[in-house]
Amino acid sequence: MLTIKDLKASINGKEILKGINLQVNPGEVHAIMGPNGSGKSTLASVLTGRDYAEVTHGKVSFLGEDLLDMVPEDRARKGIFLSFQYPVEIPGVSMVNFLKTAINEHRKFKGLPALSASEFLKLMREKKEIVEISSNLTNRAVNEGFSGGEKKKNEIFQMALLEPKLSILDETDSGLDIDALRICANGVNKLKTAENATIVITHYQRLLDYIVPDFVHVLMNGQIVKSGTKELAYELEEKGYDWIKKEVFGTEDAQ
Amino acid sequence: MNETNDNILNEVTQGDYKYGFVTDIDTETIPKGLNEDVVRLISAKKNEPEFMLEWRLKAFRHWQTLTMPTWAHLTIPEISYQDIIYYAAPKQQAKYASLDEVDPELLETFDKLGIPLNERNHLAGVAVDAVMDSISVKTTFRETLAEKGIIFCSMSEAIREHPDLVKKYLGSVVPSTDNFFAALNSAVFSDGSFCYVPKGIRCPMELSTYFRINAANTGQFERTLLIADEGAYVSYLEGCTAPQRDENQLHAAVVELVAMENAEIKYSTVQNWYPGNKEGKGGIYNFVTKRGICKGANSKISWTQVETGSAITWKYPSCILRGDNSSAEFYSVAVTNNHQQADTGTKMIHIGKNTRSRIVSKGISAGLSNNSYRGLVKVTRGAENARNFSQCDSLLLGSKCGSHTFPYLEVDNKTAKVEHEATTSKIGEDQIFYCNQRGISTEDAVGLIVNGYAREVLNQLPMEFAVEAQKLLAISLEGSVG
Repeated sequence: MLTIKDLKASINGKEILKGINLQVNPGEVHAIMGPNGSGKSTLASVLTGRDYAEVTHGKVSFLGEDLLDMVPEDRARKGIFLSFQYPVEIPGVSMVNFLKTAINEHRKFKGLPALSASEFLKLMREKKEIVEISSNLTNRAVNEGFSGGEKKKNEIFQMALLEPKLSILDETDSGLDIDALRICANGVNKLKTAENATIVITHYQRLLDYIVPDFVHVLMNGQIVKSGTKELAYELEEKGYDWIKKEVFGTEDAQ
Repeated sequence: MNETNDNILNEVTQGDYKYGFVTDIDTETIPKGLNEDVVRLISAKKNEPEFMLEWRLKAFRHWQTLTMPTWAHLTIPEISYQDIIYYAAPKQQAKYASLDEVDPELLETFDKLGIPLNERNHLAGVAVDAVMDSISVKTTFRETLAEKGIIFCSMSEAIREHPDLVKKYLGSVVPSTDNFFAALNSAVFSDGSFCYVPKGIRCPMELSTYFRINAANTGQFERTLLIADEGAYVSYLEGCTAPQRDENQLHAAVVELVAMENAEIKYSTVQNWYPGNKEGKGGIYNFVTKRGICKGANSKISWTQVETGSAITWKYPSCILRGDNSSAEFYSVAVTNNHQQADTGTKMIHIGKNTRSRIVSKGISAGLSNNSYRGLVKVTRGAENARNFSQCDSLLLGSKCGSHTFPYLEVDNKTAKVEHEATTSKIGEDQIFYCNQRGISTEDAVGLIVNGYAREVLNQLPMEFAVEAQKLLAISLEGSVG
């Protein structure tokens, strides 16, 4: 589904990603872990087309097409979804209007007719249950006045509506209390099928108790330095990242 | 915003003006230039009573002593008032008894603009007065309104058929000597709309005037007068467009509103005069004086404006709150793009006791444009317990446009409460990317975000026009954001 080959990217001339290789197949859950500043969020930006990171080398193909060639909205319409670490507020734009526009853009891209207002509201009611999001949130403006937990639930709610092929969850666990974390994770699990895939970007192993990964990759200093199964996540939780630094770079300060 | 974003911004704001066509129709014009003879000629063409001619001549003589105001934050190229044609009218009789007599070209023009004059095809519940160049072409639903005693007609007819009302109220809110452009208008105005809603009557439909400039080298000077007698209610909407021309054209209108005791007037404007091309060539100079008076106790006037057109806008719809417990509102969205300039706002003059006013102004600037809010809140000595709340927000798209706020407060009564809030924000890259990531293109994202920003004002528009206004906002900024 997604193949990343020797991907290098810079921000303001400073190389952040230094040759990433990754293969994600349908039905798989990949976790990408790593310390602050290792390049996790930059990777999410490059995959979704946020333009502050400049790709200097490498290739990314998604469903057989050159992903880096596409504008961000086409990547989204093709099935890439990002659950934002910090979802923005859009004052005055109602959730209903925003999501209806988004859904109908996806449908237009697939050659499907637009949903009517009543069809859309029905769909919204169905999907609301997945993340236990309340009507008083969906009646408000996009993320406006939402708590941290509500914003993250809202991201998963949008994921449920848009039914992406590849979901990238960027630090979805940050700022969540344990109940909200459970609800978000359950939502993600309910949406999992044999056809779609998920990349979970996280700092901590905690989220991975709920969303169980098939593969765990450690991103450090712009490269995937170690890959393994969920056991690797437990090892990281226990020992921190320093032992990997030592193992990979032969020193504790790898920068 | 970085350079790439500015580039995207430029691409998105390159939308085209969709009403720039010219109607090929026989037009009667008088020679260009302005002097007393021209004023007399206009008055004669309209078969006006003597008092109107006197009124016009007085205004003209006063105008000659004035110079154009220069205090606005605008760069106005010199206007040669002797090169303007002050009267142009589609040939044919002044008013049509039935639609069959109207030139099909004219009907088609208004159809193209989405203003069908055939009552059967019309938007349900909206009566329209259509004004092309210097004359009113057709007023719809007159009979329906007349049954309730409501007078809705062109200004020329009002002068001929209801001279007492005109004599009493014309110039009572905006005197013919008020300012440079009002004086000019008073001297040469050619038509406009007149409405009188009698005591206790709630006007059963939206009233609307649609202004269209068609002829070249002409100025448009229309005059609108609305009177809501005791306990009456009326909601009024004006719209306007003009052909795309390389030269600038002057539009200097005057609107006067009079609300008697317990009356309410809601006045909405969707202003879409041709704004000039992307290089700033051509476009309408929109220099307009609009003022209402809450004359009786408990009266209410509400101005709502969506300003997207014109090369230069100079306009301050204002309210004099004279009746005790009267209230006034001003809701405005002003969009400027490319080389457009706008200096717009309001004046709220509190005279009566317990008077309240509310100002909500949303400026949106893109391209190389300049957008200023200028507002005065004045509380006179006798205005016990006056209240004002003002909110002035500016939204910038790109880094080459300007936005300014000039609030003036004059408070002469200690019991007054005046609040002012102002914000300036840039349309966020984060917001646009968030929309992109959900499959929404940058252009559509800008439309969504701008409409969200302006929602408080758009909500004030009559429903029939809110959707149009939303589309207009998005179109005006087409090609402008990233």
